[in-house]
Amino acid sequence: MSALLSQPATVHPLAWWGWASGMAIATTRSPGVLSTGLLIAALALVVVTCRGGSPFARAFPAYLALAATVVVIRVVFYVLVGIKGGTGVVLRLPSIPLPTWAGGIELLGPVTRSGLLSAVSTGLALGALLLCFGAAIALTDPQRTLRSLPASLHLLGTATVIAMTLAPQLVESWNRVRKAQGLRGQRLRRAHAVSATTFPVLQDALERSLKIAASMDSRGYARLRSGGGRGVLALMVAALLGAALGTYALMDGTTPRWLSIPLLAGGAVAAVLGSAIASRRIQATRFRPDAWGARETLILVSGAAVAALAFVGAAAGTPTAAGWSAVFLLGAVAAVIPIPAVMAI
Amino acid sequence: MTHHGIVLFDRVGFTYQDSPRHVLRDVTLAIPEGELCLVIGPTGAGKSTLLQLVNGLAPHFTGGQLTGTVTVDGRDTSTHPPRDLADLVGFVGQDPAAGFVTGRVDDELAYGMEQLGLPDGVMRTRVEEVIDLMGLEGVRLRPLSELSAGEQQRVAIASVLTSHPRVLVLDEPTSALDPTGAEEVLAAILRLVHDVGITVVMAEQRLERVIQYADSMVLVAKDGSARWGSPAEILEDSPLAPPVVDLGRLAGWIPAPLSIRDARRLAGPLRDRLDAHLRQPPADHGVRVRGPVALSAEGLRVRYGTVQALAGITIALRAGEVTAVMGRNGSGKSSLLWALQGSGVRSGGGVLMYDTSQSPAPPTGAQRAPRRAGIDPASLSPDEAIHRIALVPQSPSDLLYLDSVGAECRAADGAVGAAAGTASALLERLAPGLPASRHPRDLSEGERLALVLAIQLAGRPAVLLLDEPTRGLDYDAKRRLGDVLGERAAMGTAVLLSSHDVEFVARVADRVLVLARGELLTDGTARDVLTASPSFAPQVARVLRPLPLLTVEEVAAALQEGS
Repeated sequence: MSALLSQPATVHPLAWWGWASGMAIATTRSPGVLSTGLLIAALALVVVTCRGGSPFARAFPAYLALAATVVVIRVVFYVLVGIKGGTGVVLRLPSIPLPTWAGGIELLGPVTRSGLLSAVSTGLALGALLLCFGAAIALTDPQRTLRSLPASLHLLGTATVIAMTLAPQLVESWNRVRKAQGLRGQRLRRAHAVSATTFPVLQDALERSLKIAASMDSRGYARLRSGGGRGVLALMVAALLGAALGTYALMDGTTPRWLSIPLLAGGAVAAVLGSAIASRRIQATRFRPDAWGARETLILVSGAAVAALAFVGAAAGTPTAAGWSAVFLLGAVAAVIPIPAVMAI
Repeated sequence: MTHHGIVLFDRVGFTYQDSPRHVLRDVTLAIPEGELCLVIGPTGAGKSTLLQLVNGLAPHFTGGQLTGTVTVDGRDTSTHPPRDLADLVGFVGQDPAAGFVTGRVDDELAYGMEQLGLPDGVMRTRVEEVIDLMGLEGVRLRPLSELSAGEQQRVAIASVLTSHPRVLVLDEPTSALDPTGAEEVLAAILRLVHDVGITVVMAEQRLERVIQYADSMVLVAKDGSARWGSPAEILEDSPLAPPVVDLGRLAGWIPAPLSIRDARRLAGPLRDRLDAHLRQPPADHGVRVRGPVALSAEGLRVRYGTVQALAGITIALRAGEVTAVMGRNGSGKSSLLWALQGSGVRSGGGVLMYDTSQSPAPPTGAQRAPRRAGIDPASLSPDEAIHRIALVPQSPSDLLYLDSVGAECRAADGAVGAAAGTASALLERLAPGLPASRHPRDLSEGERLALVLAIQLAGRPAVLLLDEPTRGLDYDAKRRLGDVLGERAAMGTAVLLSSHDVEFVARVADRVLVLARGELLTDGTARDVLTASPSFAPQVARVLRPLPLLTVEEVAAALQEGS
């Protein structure tokens, strides 16, 4: 029993994905650098305090670095080829007009404060989106997320989980083979050296996959109840068609609305029906399914609140140049609600 | 012949696609419920295929042509694929870690039940039961990759037990385990047979570990025929027999005892006879002379992150001596071999190789260092190192990349500048009759090891390191390997091998090192170490204790001397 108690109480992964989606929506509505910065700070704080011990949780700094790179690239592009306008010249660089066959672009030119700010702002907005995704990955073990998929996607989910565990094994087997090849003592010619390593690694990967497949087959993977095969396929095809046509109709302004919305709705209904029937064919169940409790609801509400506040903030008046908004400060406060919720347990 | 078995084979034959050879032919057997049936046979005979037939992996998964019928509890496996037998037959393959589907012990235990669609409450109860039954309480929340080999094997068995199968099929469950780990796994299996009434069908190469627990045996021959009977019947004239049975045959005990306990009861007169004319222990491996030090390691340390794998080992390997390093899984044996060879991690200490006078000159290439001046193998280029120190790693297939056995041998000759045919001649000694056109992928485990050994020996290295060379080898293959190692040693090679195989070590080693948690516990002659330790003693030593005899050959020699 003591082992059961010491098991870390994990939050339902869908709660975190919902929260991260709310944060992502909020960043797209952000009026500028300061507001985005506030949201990122709140995001980082939540990740640092609430993440678990999985290897994915430790990958969050990589997302931070990626976001920073995005901002830097955006600024470099602005300085190099950006259209220079606005006020407050910071750095007066000579402008080098390219010949007309190159599109008439001007290299360099005077760097202005407002231009720089807008470059950082757009870069940061993109970086923030990446960070929201990274936060969701870090806060939920992706393997657990896949376990929460509906039963109709069970087979696909299992396959994905295995593919995810095989990738690190491929790296390990590459290193092992490289080391072993050194033992043979010959300096291999370039063409040989590649085949000498890839051949055993691929063979190893293939053998591993076959062994896992044999083990899964022996343990009842993909046991099906009879019936329903054709119907599911027809419904799924209908759902896909409806979704594709409906989305097209919605995006294309010239298509009448009365066509697009029923198509989308019809596609969704077919998808739900197909999924439900497929779920009945799969008899698999879940061991210790993640429970949805008050904590999960609170985290989801926090994400929704951030998104809602962002809409309010974006609608309320013109922002300052730096992108300051008191509503977004409120949003950042709402975003850290999960911290006490997780800490309390 | 009874037909009340739970597992029934009725005139079963099996061939793989594109192969005219019968893997199995005309096999008929009926394994009764609640028995432990042991499947034995030489390497490359259809043991694994026979096991896979029980849960339908053959032919549904492997392909191939099945004739005759296999039924398990009335279900015909030709119409029931493995997934539809999952509630009836639990199958654990040769490499348990390769069959893990999830990341954590408790998830792995539940996986099979999830597929069967059992409700959460039932799953929780059964996971608790199985954790108690297999002694896994301490590891239930650990990631599978962090477990020891013995724990992994027990988790693999536990993960099929949760589906409450009536038949358990195990393919060499103890082959990768140290003696202690193997005993734990076997104890768990016996508890299942005796207390739960599960029928176990199990293949095993090392008969000395399991023979006394078997209720019946199947002996699969190379030609695909199989004999089924009681252990006493099968072992009467089986070419594969554990040392205790060989000893019984030598001493003329009929029926031959299968357990140490039975043998000791009968061994009184033999012990007296041997004691009478065994004034002193037999000379170690006859004429072999201990040469000068070929390699010495001083305070060798290996760390991986925060884990200490070797904590300051000081050893010296002598030319002409076969040394075995033993110890539990994870005690640092592989780390030691790789660190000595020079391409493994070293965190401290030094290794030096000395030119020994008996060491044969390398044919061409490599420069000779001045006599007695030490040289660190890590400082040599791979081209130079192969002439001085060779390592055969635990998964020998990592070294192979060409498309035929012949091409691999030629590449090996070319790489070390040996005369054409050197490697293939060595291979002929180790695995006679292996066609040069065969693809290395199609070789059995033992044949692949022989090929890699031949490749690595072509350069006539002065020091030979072998990591677990007896995995998957039958008694015959082990005997040939032992002969070649002995021959090499007689020519002045220093040999260091790591092994869990007590009987093999007793046969080939002059000296035994025992490692525990990265420290050198014991360093002594094989006779002293193997007779002193209860878990490392070979069967003959256990039967004839306190006489210092290790193998049946030594007993035979001692008897001959006396008469």
